[in-house]
This record gives sequence, C-alpha cells and structure tokens, in this order.
Amino acid sequence: MQIYRAHVLVCCGTGCSSNKSEEVLRELEKQLQENQLQHEVKVVRTGCLGLCQNGPNIVVYPEGTMYSMVKVEDVEEIVSEHLLKGRIVKRLLYGEPEAEGIRSVDEVDFFKRQKRIALRNCGIINPENIDEYIAFDGYKALVKVLTEMKPADVIDLLKKSQLRGRGGAGFPTGLKWEFAAKAESEQKYVCCNADEGDPGAFMDRSILEGDPHSIVEAMAIAGYAIGADKGFIYIRAEYPIAVKRLRLAIEQAKEYGLLGENILNTGFNFDLEIRLGAGAFVCGEETALLTSIEGKRGEPRPRPPFPAVKGLWGQPTLLNNVETYANVPPIILNGPEWFTQIGTEKSKGTKVFAVGGKINNTGLVEIPMGTTLREVIYDIGGGIPNGKKFKAAQTGGPSGGCIPASHIDTPIDYDTLVELGSMMGSGGMIIMDEDTCMVDIARFFLEFTVDESCGKCPPCRIGTKRMLEILNKITAGKGEEGDIEKLESLAKNIKAAALCGLGQTAPNPVLSTLRYFRDEYEAHVREKKCPAGSCKALLDYVIDAEICRSCGLCAKECPVGAIEGERKKGPFVIIQEKCIKCGTCIEKCPFEAISKK
Amino acid sequence: MKSIAELEEIRKKTLEEIGLRKNKDGYRIVVGMATCGIAAGARPVMQAFVEELKKRNLHDVQVTMTGCIGVCRLEPIVEVISPDGSKVTYVEMTPEKAVRVVAEHIVNGRVCRDLTIGEAEGVK
Amino acid sequence: MEMVTVTIDNKKVRVPKDYTVLQAAREANIEIPTLCFLKDINEIGACRMCLVEIKGGKKLEAACVYPVSDGMEVYTQTPQVREARKTTLELILSNHDRNCLTCVRSGNCELQKLAEKLQIEELPYEGETYKRPLDNFSPAIVRDPNKCILCRRCVSMCKNVQTVAVIDVVERGFDTIVSPIYEKSLNEVPCVNCGQCITICPVGALREKNDTEKAWTALADKDLHVIAITAPAIRAALGEEFGFPMGTPVTSNMITALHNLGFDKVFDVDTAADLTIMEEGTELLHRLKNGGKLPLITSCSPGWIKFCEHNFPEFLDNLSTCKSPQQMFGAVLKTVYAERMGIDPAKIFVVSIMPCTAKKFEITRPEMTSSGYPDIDVVLTTRELARMIKEAGLDFTETTWEHFDDPMGDASGAGVIFGATGGVMEAALRTVVEILTGKPLETLDFAAVRGVEGIKEATVDVGEMKIKAAVAHGLGNARELLERVKAGEAEYHFIEIMACPGGCVAGGGQPIQPSQVRSWVDIRSERAKALYEEDKNLPIRKSHENPTVKRLYEIYFGSPGSDKAHKLLHTHYTPRENYPEE
Repeated sequence: MQIYRAHVLVCCGTGCSSNKSEEVLRELEKQLQENQLQHEVKVVRTGCLGLCQNGPNIVVYPEGTMYSMVKVEDVEEIVSEHLLKGRIVKRLLYGEPEAEGIRSVDEVDFFKRQKRIALRNCGIINPENIDEYIAFDGYKALVKVLTEMKPADVIDLLKKSQLRGRGGAGFPTGLKWEFAAKAESEQKYVCCNADEGDPGAFMDRSILEGDPHSIVEAMAIAGYAIGADKGFIYIRAEYPIAVKRLRLAIEQAKEYGLLGENILNTGFNFDLEIRLGAGAFVCGEETALLTSIEGKRGEPRPRPPFPAVKGLWGQPTLLNNVETYANVPPIILNGPEWFTQIGTEKSKGTKVFAVGGKINNTGLVEIPMGTTLREVIYDIGGGIPNGKKFKAAQTGGPSGGCIPASHIDTPIDYDTLVELGSMMGSGGMIIMDEDTCMVDIARFFLEFTVDESCGKCPPCRIGTKRMLEILNKITAGKGEEGDIEKLESLAKNIKAAALCGLGQTAPNPVLSTLRYFRDEYEAHVREKKCPAGSCKALLDYVIDAEICRSCGLCAKECPVGAIEGERKKGPFVIIQEKCIKCGTCIEKCPFEAISKK
Repeated sequence: MKSIAELEEIRKKTLEEIGLRKNKDGYRIVVGMATCGIAAGARPVMQAFVEELKKRNLHDVQVTMTGCIGVCRLEPIVEVISPDGSKVTYVEMTPEKAVRVVAEHIVNGRVCRDLTIGEAEGVK
Repeated sequence: MEMVTVTIDNKKVRVPKDYTVLQAAREANIEIPTLCFLKDINEIGACRMCLVEIKGGKKLEAACVYPVSDGMEVYTQTPQVREARKTTLELILSNHDRNCLTCVRSGNCELQKLAEKLQIEELPYEGETYKRPLDNFSPAIVRDPNKCILCRRCVSMCKNVQTVAVIDVVERGFDTIVSPIYEKSLNEVPCVNCGQCITICPVGALREKNDTEKAWTALADKDLHVIAITAPAIRAALGEEFGFPMGTPVTSNMITALHNLGFDKVFDVDTAADLTIMEEGTELLHRLKNGGKLPLITSCSPGWIKFCEHNFPEFLDNLSTCKSPQQMFGAVLKTVYAERMGIDPAKIFVVSIMPCTAKKFEITRPEMTSSGYPDIDVVLTTRELARMIKEAGLDFTETTWEHFDDPMGDASGAGVIFGATGGVMEAALRTVVEILTGKPLETLDFAAVRGVEGIKEATVDVGEMKIKAAVAHGLGNARELLERVKAGEAEYHFIEIMACPGGCVAGGGQPIQPSQVRSWVDIRSERAKALYEEDKNLPIRKSHENPTVKRLYEIYFGSPGSDKAHKLLHTHYTPRENYPEE
C-alpha cells in the first residue's frame, strides 16, 4: 500500500469548480510529477468546504493548511515551497495575510465556531471513493442497525434524539418514520428530497457533492426502519456534479453489497434510484415531488392523505430532505444523548446555512442550534463589508421572513424564527445592510414565488401576482393610499386559502417586512421616498452647487442629455424629468458633487 | 461483499491511508524540509517516520514539514511536539535514528537525549 | 361501512367513515360552495372555494377532499372562512373575461352564480389579465382560454374518463393554461369532439360551435324544403332547458316548437335507427354465418369512430360499415324521399338535432355525400335548439303536434332506446334473435345491457348458439374493453360502444347541469328513464316491424345489405395519425 506523507485536498464542489478548481487540480498533479512527489503526496478531489467566495480552496494535510483563491499560476509555488520545502505560502493563506504561523482549517474563525455533523466529511474525504467514507465510520451505522437493532429500536432512538426535519417546518423526524413504519402495505418507499430550490441555498448540494454516501447509508437505514426496500432520490438536474457523485456512490454501494439484495447477509434488501427534477421550485413540496417522481406534472395535492399513508403510487412513503438524512448515521453511532446535548431545548443538533448577501464570508456554515445571529454574522461571517450597518437577515427563502437588527441576539432555532415571523426553511440566510430596501426585498422574493407558482390554486396563482403588482407599483413610486392595507389583506387570505405549503408561506416576506419595516412601506407610498436609497424610481440625482466645479464632464457623459449648464460658468443642473437614474454622472464626477436623494 | 468483517477491513486499511486528515490529538513530528534540510537528507528521514508509524499502526501521530529552522549545519532537524505542547528537537537525523525516535519517544515516551540539539551542541 | 359522528355548524350528523366533509355537510343540509369539484371526476381541492374551518386544525381545509373523522367539528361560515372564500373568488374574477352579457353561459354559469351568492359587489384586485387567442378552428368545439378558470374538470374528463387526453394544464404560475400541446388548436390534435368537456365546464371557456345562424338562414329561404330530424335523446333532455324536471319526455313540445320555428317537416331519427338495426343486424348475421371479422363493433357514435381511428386502427375492420342513423337518414331523405315527394334534392336542407357535438364533425367527413349531396346540412345540439326556441319566443309548453310527420315518422321502441347506453345492443338483439330463431321473443327487455355500469356483458342463447355481447360507454371504458379483447382476455361477437358516459342521453350536446346537480344526481339514469318509458309504451318495439322501414326496403333498397343499401347506408374508415409530423 502506498503511504503518503501529505494529502492535498482540492475542493471540487460547484462553487470552486466554476472557479477552475479542476484546472488547479490538474496543474497540481503535473507539478507533483515534475518534482517527483507523486508517491509522497496524494491529491484528493473533495466536496465543498463552505468558504465558497474564496474558491478555489485547497487544504494540505496533515497540517490542515488552507489556501484560498488558488490560481493555476499559484500551484507551482505551493508545490515547490510547501510540499517540497515545508514552507507555507503565506500570501495564499485563507484569512488575514499578516496572521502568523500555520493557519489550519481548525484555527480559522469561520470553522472554529462551527459544529460539523451533517457536513462532517465534506472537504475531508474523497466523495468518489467509498473506502474513504468507510474509513471515517461510514456504513458503520447501517451495520449497527442491521445487526443489533430492531426497526422499532431505530425509530425509538431517532425519536429520543429529537431530530427535526431540516427541510422546512421542522417536523419531528422520528415521528415521521414511525407513521411510515406503522402504515400497513406490501410496498413502501423511502424518498430523499434533494430538490433544493430556495434562491441562494446550496446546503444539500454540498452534502451530496461532498459526502454522497451519507445519504445512501441513511436512506438504507430508513428503509430498514420503516420496512421499505426501494428508495428514490429526487434531485434537480441543475446539480450535475452532485448527480454524478450520487450515481457513483450508489454504484459503489451496490458493488460492496451495501445496497441490493440481502445486504451483509442480514436478509435486508434495499435499492436506490435517482430521479432528476427539472428545477421547478414547487417540486420541493412533498406531494408535488412525489407526483413528479411518478412522472406527472409536479403539483401539490391536498393532504391528508399524508405521504406516510399514501405517497408514491398510493403506497406509504417516507420523505426527508438531504440534511436530515445526513444527521442520521452520526446519531445512530453516537447515540441520542450525544445529539440532544447540542442545540436548544426544542431544536437539537446543528443546522447548515448558506450565508449570503452583504457579509464578508459568504458560504456554507453548520452551527449548533441556538447560535445567535450576531455570532453568525460577526464571528463566523466576518462582519458586514465596508463598515456598513447590519439591517436584517432573511431566512427561509421565499417562504420565510426577515429578522431585524433589534433581534440580532436571538438564538436561532425553529421556534424562535417562527416567533419572529420567519422560519428555518431549508437554510438560506441572506444578510442585508443599511442600503437594502425592505420593500424591494419583499418584492424580490414575491417575484420568485410568482414565477415558481405551479398555478393550481387561485390564491397562489393570481393572489401572489396581484401582490407583486402592488409591490411593483409601490417601488415605482406609484403607490396609493390603501395599497398597504390591500397587500396585508391579500397576504392574510392567501396564507389561509392556498393549497400547499408554498402558497401558504408565499406572503411571509411581505408580512414580515411589514411587521418590522412598515415605515419604509409608508415612506414609499406617502412621501414617494425610498429610505434605503435603493429604489431607483424614487431617487433624485442632484448636483451639489457648492461642490460643482462646472467641468461639464457629467453633461458630456449623460446618455439622455439630462444635465444642463455651461462649462466654467457656474454649477450644472440635472433636469429631473429627463433623468433616467442610470448613475453614470455619479461615477464620472471627479469631485463627488453628485448624489442620490 | 457479504460480511461485516470485510467492511471493518476496508475501514482499517483506508484509515491508515487517510488518517492523517483526521487525528490531531497525538504527537506531531515536524521535519525541516528547506533546501538545507533536503540537501542533508531530510527526505528519507521523513519517509522513514511515515513508514515506521504505519508499521506500528500509530494513527494519531502527524508527520509534517516545516521550512528552515535556522541551524542549517545540524540538518536534518526534526521536532517532536507532544500533545501537551512541549517540544524536543532532534538534529542530524538519519532514517535509522528516526526509527529509534518512534520506538523510544513516541511509543514509550522516553526522549532520546543523545540525539537532541542540546546534546549535539554540548558534545562539540 | 363504519359510521362516525361529525358536527357541522353545531349540527350533528352520522355519516359513513369514508365521507368527505362536503358529503357530510350535504347530509346536514348545509351547502358549501364549490367550483372545481365534480364528484368522482374532479376531486382535487384546487379552487379553494369550499374551505372550512376544522376545530383544532392549523389552517383552513378544502371540504371536497377532507375526510371526516369521529368527533370532528366543522365550521363553514366563520369570518375567516368567509373572507378567504371571498378573496379567492375576487382573485379568480380579476383574471376572468367578464363579458357576461355576450357569454353563451350567462345565466347558467357556475362562476356567475357564485359571485352572486358570495355577494361580490366590487373587485378590489385588478391587474394583468389573460389575452389568449380564441380557438375556434374545430368544427365542433370552441375553446376560450380567457374565460377559463383552471378548475381542470375538462382535463380530468378528457384524460381520466375519456382517456383522449388532448388537453392538459400547461405552463405554470400566472401563465398556466388548459390547452392542447404546444397551444395547438383542438382541430390539430386527436380530439374526438365528444364534447364531454363542454358539459362540465362551469363557465363559457368551452362551448359548441354555434351553427344556429345557418339554420335560421335556411328557414328564411322560401325555396328550401327544410327538414328537422331529432335524435332520441333530445326528447329526454330538452325539457331541462325550459324548467321541466329531469327525465321528462317532451316529444310533442319539441315537435310543436320545431314546426313553430318554420321547419317544413319534423322527422324522427329513430326511424333511421331502425334502419340501422336492419343493416347492422344483417351484417352481424352475415359475419356470424360466414366467418367474418368478429367482434362486430357498432358505429353510431362519431366520437367513438374517431377515437378508434386514432387509437385502435387494428379494430377498424371490426367496425360495422353502417353509417350512423343520422347519416343514413340524410342519405335517404335526399334520395328516396326527394324522389317520392318530387322535390329537387338540392333544395332539401336537413337540420339534424343531436345530443352530440361530434356529429358536427361527422357531417364534414368527405365520405358522407354518397347521394351526391351532403347527407346532412347542419347539426344543432340540444342546447342550440333550445336557444333558437328561446330566441323565437316560443311557448315550449305548447303541444299542438303530437306526432312526427309522415312519411318518415314511424319509429319502434328499439329506435328510441338508441339514446341510452346498451340501447343499440338491445335493439339489435331484439331483431337478430328473432331472425335467427324465427320465433318471437318472450320478453323484449335485455336488462343485462341496461344501466350505467361502465362495461356490461351479456350472453344470449340463440338456439344452438350463444351470442356473446359487450357494451361500453365512455371512451375510457371502451379502451379498457378493447385492450382486453386485444390481449385475448375476452371474446365477443358483438360490441356496442358509445363515446359518452351514459350514451347519447348524456352526450356532449345535451343541456348543461351544474356540478351541484351533476355531482349528486345521476343524470344519465334520469334521462334514460324517459326513453325506456317511451319504449315500453310504444306499440311497435322491434326495428324489423317498423312499417316505414319495411316500406323503404320494398320500394327502394330491396333487402338489407343490398347494393343500393351499401351505396347509401354504408361507409368506410381510415386510420388517423395522432400527431402527424408537419
């Protein structure tokens, strides 16, 4: 067996891949060859580490040195300095370049505050190699379940762990498994919802790319627990890397006899299939997802009957999302007590968030439940760029709402988020600073919902459209007295009347921004002003007569000739009726005499 | 594959290969691998550490490299850092000495005094 | 079935365990508004009009699909419920082409009724509305997407009941539309024109092609001899348009109204139905005796014929070569009748009153002109006739004319029951069995082929031999039956197929009953009762005893299956591609 003294892990998740991590990897292999290090240093293609905005990321073990934004040209230096001579290439280290000593992944703030359970193997193992998964205790939980536990014990253990669904509303997972187990039928199914669709969310993709076997293992465990021998993973076709690795994982598991007939001689059969989704947001809703797996138009249907009773092809079906499954093997191995130590009273364990927006470290973080927003933003996320003020965080995607700065110290868990008018959702978190207009944010999410509504029930199909029309009107400066009340009334009734969870939660971004930022709405409607200075139609571009040196550059560059004045003869003036608010004059003015008001 | 034993086999075998990404609780062996170190033969020393550790199934020991420590004349230099943070520096290492350090220092906790930098400097 | 107790608006009812809240509410005499719901056909909880509050529940639930449970407490009129329903309706209306004044369904529109019921007085939410092109290229069905409220009843009917599946929900969100694939016209897809979609559309989004103007023009033309022929099912349903209880036969009201409209003659298609039995019966006998292609399958239903041409081309040789009674009648009128009456056939204009929209397509088939003239000039549905009567301001209670006109007015009971599923089979058996055995039948009622069961079977002893017959109505049942025959799982001599569930009485051209009626009353059985009643009371109940038919053979055709008969009364079929490449 080949023994390597060092492993270089190159992140080949979607984020890093799009930053040419594959080319970096090829260059690395080439350089190692040239330096005859190929037998000493092993290159491993791995899944996402979470720090996507700094990609491509590579980590050199055993030290755990993390290099960020590695370009192909940098590889030679890493090989000749670090791998050959043991000298860390400081300029490529992640984080502050002036920091002294080894910057190991464990020492970086971004990782130090995290608790990685679902992401435990992401960025550490080669997701295309089942042996590496096995080495890190992979399939040990399946073995334990198959050889030492009865199905009822598995469900009991899961119930004791108090694990809740990570895909949305946080339904107790153990209870869900119990319902499916108790349903009587010859044929049952286990399904995995990998149809991650919230804008900006990529938690599930990262798990599937970085640790696909954890899902395969968990689904097999679920199959055993509820008495199913067949599973489907519904994954969106826009995740080609995840699909490829999942396929490979299933093949490898079959080869090893960890899927298929009579697994490990225990008499248990379980088979998995992948179903590709076409990227309709609504197919993340459980009944729509199952309908889509059946090959029909993906649309929700009323419940009851619940999928645990009547799911795929009318048979009892268990459906969990990727992150929920990823938690199962560690819970089985470490016991429910271990898991319940982490988190808050009613929300145990950790949650993975895709943090984005106005924050320094955008990326993927896994934090214990109960971590405050402040810790996420300032300790893990590195704060708000350009010294701006934190205004609000949006969680739960188009189904969620915002948490204003006044609640920054609230511990994040299922229940506190709901109390605040938002929800956990699948884990998208968008940070907004003082320049973000909350009306516009609500409009953005509603635009998404309108596009993604399946069109089955009128409250969602027409109602969200009407809400968007009102919001468009308000942000365009055409709001009228009564519009806000109309929005509220529509929101309330859509929530009450829509058929599925997506429709029922579609008004949340509006309701939540109305709750905390009603004054901003009112300013738009009554004063025709956007307090955040973001809604184009509500801004006037003005030249400060005191500062203007009448150079005339602005007038020359203005695409619509909206600026008048004569060179060297006193300040120029913007004719508001002509101005299209493109911002060119602000950019061009050498004296910063022009501003938006 | 039909048996749990086979699975365990794979686990053990692969862990040996990739364990260096995982355990951070044991000794750390740092080999100086600057130009001076390599010229003085640090490479075979490092390889010897890696192989010896593997032979003895010592998974919680990290072998890492570092740059020039500054006393080039005593290269190859190896530092052994114990879990409590205390540090012993061995100088003028050879693959044979490496095997000894593993056996005595890492396994039995007895520092090979005769190989340390203090000893080397004192003798001269 | 186990019973449970449910309290609805403080009224306690005991209902079977498998009931929905909507069904339980009916038991308690509480009407919950519905829009997309159509019992057994469309139970999808999509329109959200039937929302109710269930005690202990987190959200409102759709009564039409929510199952009852013991001890359940339901509230159907809470402020939250009322507001949610009203808002939903306001939203639907905000995107509906509200040109009610010019809508064919005005006064018989479920949406309009609901707006009235929920007292919608103004629409707070206006905005973008659909602007889709009208699809009026089909000879039978007009589709107006701007009036569609996406209740999907038509989709369920077309896809699940009829298995024709030419319309479905396409696009999504606000752009969602019910349409043939690629927004083609119904004319370009394998639509069979059965019109079942029309009969269940709550609004005016689906309607028949209006041909009344052609009839008015003909009636106004003094040079034309304008004949009305009426199918048996018309008399069983036309009364509904004028407030008569369902199942009231209105034969003489209808004949009177047609005369008052100015038709020169009013004939009974039943006469041609008897003629059909003579031809088809002879064909069956011939095939039985000479080892011809079996099973013989009836060909009266033009929706079924087109369905067969599209989906079961391998069965085209099994189809009876007989034209439908309508087409036979037209051919006879423009030949024998014209000759005998001394009228130039070019001056004869035949208006066929049918319970059927597919008949509008049938008359456009190029093979339907064997006399040198189109067999039929215009087809009007029952609904169109009713509209003409209303436009003319006629008193429909008037019964001046009691009988159809001579010389084509005689009909047997066998011809009358053509309008109900199993009727053609029963009529044929009455004739075929008597001819084969040479003895009169003791009882004329073949109960096994009556009723609304989807697929019915009967075995009739005829001396030495047993005739195995099957009856299917509704194209989904037809498909199932033919698949069984194809797979060799079933063997028959004779099969009757009607495109519409229930047969012609529930045809696509019949009066529209709202879902509130259709869901709870079996209109197929109610209307069929009128026909079986008339059959029972007629002196002649067998086709081969119809004097007009006998005379026709004497003076013109000679015998059934003769060359002359073949030329005028028989036809042929061609396989049709479903989606031909352009």
